[in-house]
Amino acid sequence: MADLVTAADLVNTAEATTLLTPASIAGAAYIVAALLFIMSLAGLSRHDTAKAGVGYGIAGMTIALVATVYATFADAWGSPQATTGLILLVVAVLVGGAIGLWRARVVAMTGMPELIALLHSFVGLAAVLVGWNGALEVTGMSGALLDIHHAEVFIGVFIGGVTFTGSIVAFLKLSARMSSAPLMLPGKNVLNLGALVAFVALTVWYVITPELWLLVVVTALALALGWHLVASIGGGDMPVVISMLNSYSGWAAAAAGFLLNNDLLIVTGALVGSSGAYLSYIMCKAMNRSFISVIAGGFGIAAPTSSSDGEEAGEIREVTAADAAELLRDAGSVIITPGYGMAVAQAQYPVAELTSRLRERGVDVRFGIHPVAGRLPGHMNVLLAEAKVPYDIVEEMDEINDDFAKTSVVLVIGANDTVNPSAAEDPGSPIAGMPVLRVWEASNVIVFKRSMSAGYAGVANPLFHRDNAQMLFGDAKARVEDILRAL
Amino acid sequence: MEKTNEEYRMTRIGVVTEQRPETRVAATPATVKQLIALGYDVVVEAGAGARSAFPDDAYVAAGAELVDGTAAFASDLVLKVNAPSEAEIAQLTPGATLIALLAPAFKPELLEALATRGVTALAMDAVPRISRAQSMDVLSSMANIAGYRAVVEAAHEFGRFFTGQVTAAGKVPPAKVLVAGAGVAGLAAIGAASSLGAIVRATDPRPEVADQVKSIGGEYLKVEVEVEQSTDGYAKATSEDYDRRAAEIYSEQAADVDIIITTALIPGRAAPRLITAADVASMKSGSVIVDMAAGMGGNVEGSVAGERIVTPNGVVILGYTDLASRLPTQASQLYGTNVVNLVKLLTPAKDGELVLDFDDVVQRSVTVARDGAVTWPPPPVQVSAAPAAAASASGATDAAAAPEPKRPMSPVKRVVLVAIGIAALFLVNAIAPPPLPQHFTVLVLAVVVGFYVIGKVAHALHTPLMSVTNAISGIIIVGAMVQITSEVLVVQVIATVAVLLASINIFGGFAVTRRMLAMFARGAADNAKTGAESG
Repeated sequence: MADLVTAADLVNTAEATTLLTPASIAGAAYIVAALLFIMSLAGLSRHDTAKAGVGYGIAGMTIALVATVYATFADAWGSPQATTGLILLVVAVLVGGAIGLWRARVVAMTGMPELIALLHSFVGLAAVLVGWNGALEVTGMSGALLDIHHAEVFIGVFIGGVTFTGSIVAFLKLSARMSSAPLMLPGKNVLNLGALVAFVALTVWYVITPELWLLVVVTALALALGWHLVASIGGGDMPVVISMLNSYSGWAAAAAGFLLNNDLLIVTGALVGSSGAYLSYIMCKAMNRSFISVIAGGFGIAAPTSSSDGEEAGEIREVTAADAAELLRDAGSVIITPGYGMAVAQAQYPVAELTSRLRERGVDVRFGIHPVAGRLPGHMNVLLAEAKVPYDIVEEMDEINDDFAKTSVVLVIGANDTVNPSAAEDPGSPIAGMPVLRVWEASNVIVFKRSMSAGYAGVANPLFHRDNAQMLFGDAKARVEDILRAL
Repeated sequence: MEKTNEEYRMTRIGVVTEQRPETRVAATPATVKQLIALGYDVVVEAGAGARSAFPDDAYVAAGAELVDGTAAFASDLVLKVNAPSEAEIAQLTPGATLIALLAPAFKPELLEALATRGVTALAMDAVPRISRAQSMDVLSSMANIAGYRAVVEAAHEFGRFFTGQVTAAGKVPPAKVLVAGAGVAGLAAIGAASSLGAIVRATDPRPEVADQVKSIGGEYLKVEVEVEQSTDGYAKATSEDYDRRAAEIYSEQAADVDIIITTALIPGRAAPRLITAADVASMKSGSVIVDMAAGMGGNVEGSVAGERIVTPNGVVILGYTDLASRLPTQASQLYGTNVVNLVKLLTPAKDGELVLDFDDVVQRSVTVARDGAVTWPPPPVQVSAAPAAAASASGATDAAAAPEPKRPMSPVKRVVLVAIGIAALFLVNAIAPPPLPQHFTVLVLAVVVGFYVIGKVAHALHTPLMSVTNAISGIIIVGAMVQITSEVLVVQVIATVAVLLASINIFGGFAVTRRMLAMFARGAADNAKTGAESG
C-alpha cells in the first residue's frame, strides 16, 4: 500500500509543477530511442528486414541525439560554457561524422574487419574519456552515492580501456601490422586474473580515498590488460574476438550510463553487450571451443604436428587451371568453399564471374560458408555480396554439409582449417571436434592455395593428400582468372 | 646417344599401333597434348588410333607427328597397350623405355626378353594399389569399363527389359541381376545395371563395401562369417565356413535372378569358383551369365575364356576377356590418362627428361626390367589404407582417453550457479541506494532483450549486424554530450574528443552497414522469374 501512495504522490507532484520539462522530454525520447534500437537489431536478423533495421537504428540515434542536445542545453542555456559547449559539439559531430562517412565510403569490403575493430576502439576510448570526465567533474554527491559514483568511474574506465587497446591490437593483427600469432607470455592466465584482482583492489582503494593517480593506474592497467588479452588470441579466432570486443564496447557504454544516471546508455549498452556476447558464443560453438578459453586468450596454442599423420605425408596431386576448367565444365554441381585466402587475394570478383558463367552453362553452383570463415563473422557473405553473388546460393555449413557427397566438384578457395578432415576423423588433432565443411566427400576437390603451409590453427591438413583432392597453387585471384580464360 | 640427335633435342615419345584384335591405343589426342605439355616430342604411328575412333588428323592437331611403325618403335619412350611380341621387342631401341600392360607375374619370359634387349620396361598393371598411385591405376580404370560393358553385353543377350514397366500390353517385371564381387568392376556393373532399372544384388567377402554397393543402387548380400583383414587392398581367399555359406547364397540367388555377373579375382591365383554347374542348371532359360574372370580360370563352371556358351537349359555364359577393348574409345582415353599420370611422375621437372627414381615406391613397383636385368617382383608394398585404419583405430582409443571429454554442467551445479547469481543481484539491489536498483532493472531487462533479439540472426548478416551494433554503441556520445557543458574546461575538451570519436562511430557504422546491405541481392534467376510472372 505504502508504495502505491508514494507513486501516486510522485505523479501528483509532477503534475503540480510542469508537464513537459526538458528532462521528461528527454526521458520519453530515450524510451522511444531504446525501442527503435531493439527493432533495429531485430530487423538486422533477416535479409528482407535488414534495411528497415538500419533505418530504425538511424531514427533511434537521431531522436536520442536531438533529445540529449535539447535537454542538455535547455538546462544550461545562457551560461558561457553552454555556448562554447554547443560550438564544440557541432564541430566535433561534423568532423567526426565526416571522417566516419569518408571511411565507410572508401573501405574495401576485404578491409571490413579492420574498420570494425578500429571503430570499436573509438567507443572504448570515448568510454575512458567519459569516465575520466566523470571523475574530474564536481558532482555534488555525498555519502554512499559518491562512493558508488567513484566505483562507477572505475568500472567505466576499466571496461573502456580494455575495449580500446583490445580493439587496437585486433586492428593491428587484422591489418597485418602485427603478427597474428598468439602472444605466449608465461603464466598469461595468472596475468589476466591478477589484473582483475588488482582492478578490484584499486576500485576499493579509490572509493575510500579518491585520488587521481589511482585513476591513472587503473587506466594503465586496463590498457595493458586489453592489449594482452587480444594479443594472446590467434588470428584464426578473430571473428570471435571482434564480436567479443563489440560486446565489450556495449558494456562500456552501459557502465557510462550508470555513471551518468542515463537509462538510454544502459539500455543500449546492455543490448549491444548481450547481443555481442551471444554472437561470440554462437561462433565459439561453431568452432567447438570453450567461450571462456577464447575470451581468456586460452586457445591459440601452437598445435603440435599430429603424430598420426604418417600416412598423410603422402604426395599431393597438382592440377592446372586448364584441367580444373575442364572438370568444372563437365561438373553437374559445384560447391565453392571460400576462406580468408579469398579475401586476401581479392578473388571474390573472379569467383563471382566464374559462378555466373558456370550457372549459365546449367551447372548448379553454390557456396558453403563455414561460420568462422574469414576474420569477421559473416565476412565471406559480405565479400560475395559485394561481388554480386546472389545470397540465396550462399549457404551455411549446416545447410550444405550433407550435400557434399552428391557434389561433383568442390573448389576450396583460401580455406584450410575449416575444411580439415582431421577435425572430424582424428581425435588426436588439436582441432578435433570442430565442425568442418565435409568437402572431402565430394567426387573432386580442387584446393586453391599459395603454398603447402598449414592454416591458422597450425594443423596439417590431410585433405591435400586425399585421392580426390588436387592442388592448384598460386594466387587465388590469378588462378581463378586462368580458369575463366580456359572456360 | 639418340637423345643428342639434332632433330629431336627432347625425349621422343612414340605411340604405336596395337596388333589385332586389340582395339585400344596407348595415347589419345587429348593425352598427347598433355605429354607435349610435359616437354616431350610425340610421334604417332599412322592409323594407331583408327580402331578407337581417333583419326590421325586429331593427333596432328594435338601437336604429334605422324610416322611409320618402325620410326614410332624407335622412340626413346614407347607407349603401348598390350605386351610387345618378339618382333616388336626387336624393333625397340636398346636403352629406350617401354610402358605397357606387361602382366609381369605371368610372363617371366617376356621380362627376360625385354631385359636382354636392354629396354627399361614399365608395367602399367604393376602400379601398387596405394592412394597416391590411384591416378595411374590402369587395372581400376579398365575394370570400371569392363564392368559397364559386362552389363551391356548381358543386356544384349538378355531377351527382356531390365526395368519393370506397366504398359498397355501388360506388366513387365524388372530383371534381377546378381553381381559377385564389389570391386571396381563389380561396382561399375552394379551402377550400370541399376541405372538400366534392374534389381541389383551384390556379394563380396569384405563387409565394408556394403555402403558403396548401396550408394550406387545395389543391395548387399551379407555373408555372416569372419574375414581376415587384407593388407594389399584385394580380398583374400577366405575360410571354409565362409565358402560354404557363400555357396548357399549363390545357389539361392542363381535360381532367382536373371543375370549373373561375376568379377571375383584373387591376385596371383586362379579365380575362385563361385557358380557351380548345378547353379547354372537351376537358372531360368534365357538367363545370362557374364564371367569376367574367365581369363583367369573363371568364376563360373562351364565358362570358356573369350567364348559365348549356351548351356542345354538355355543359359548364355559369356566368357569375354576383352570387355574393356569392346569400348575402345573410352578405354583408350582412360588408359592414356593413366599413362600420362605415370609419365608426369617420371618427369618431375616437366622438361621432357625422363627420370626414374627407385626410392619412390610407385616407380620401383612399375619397373619390371632395367639395365639388362629383370627387376620384378619389387619389394612388397603395404597398402596405406589397411594398416592406417588399424593405426588410427588404436590412436583413436589413446587420444580419446587423453583429453577428458567435455561434460555438460551437472544440473545441481547449474542450479547452484543460477541461485548464486540471483542472490547476488537481489543483494545488490536490496542494499544499493535509489538510482541504482532502477538502473539494474533496466540493465537486466535490456540484456535479456538483447539475447532474444539476436537469437535467430541469419549467419550471412553477422557482419552488418555487428556494424550496426557498433554504430549503436556510439550512443556513448550521449554521455559525452551531457558533459560538454561542464564548467571545467578540461572536461569540456575531453568531452569534445569523446563526441568526435563517437560520431565517427555512429556515422561510419550506419553508413557502412547501408553500403553492405545494398550489396546483398537475391539470385538473378528469381528476379527473372518474378519478372516473367508479372510480365
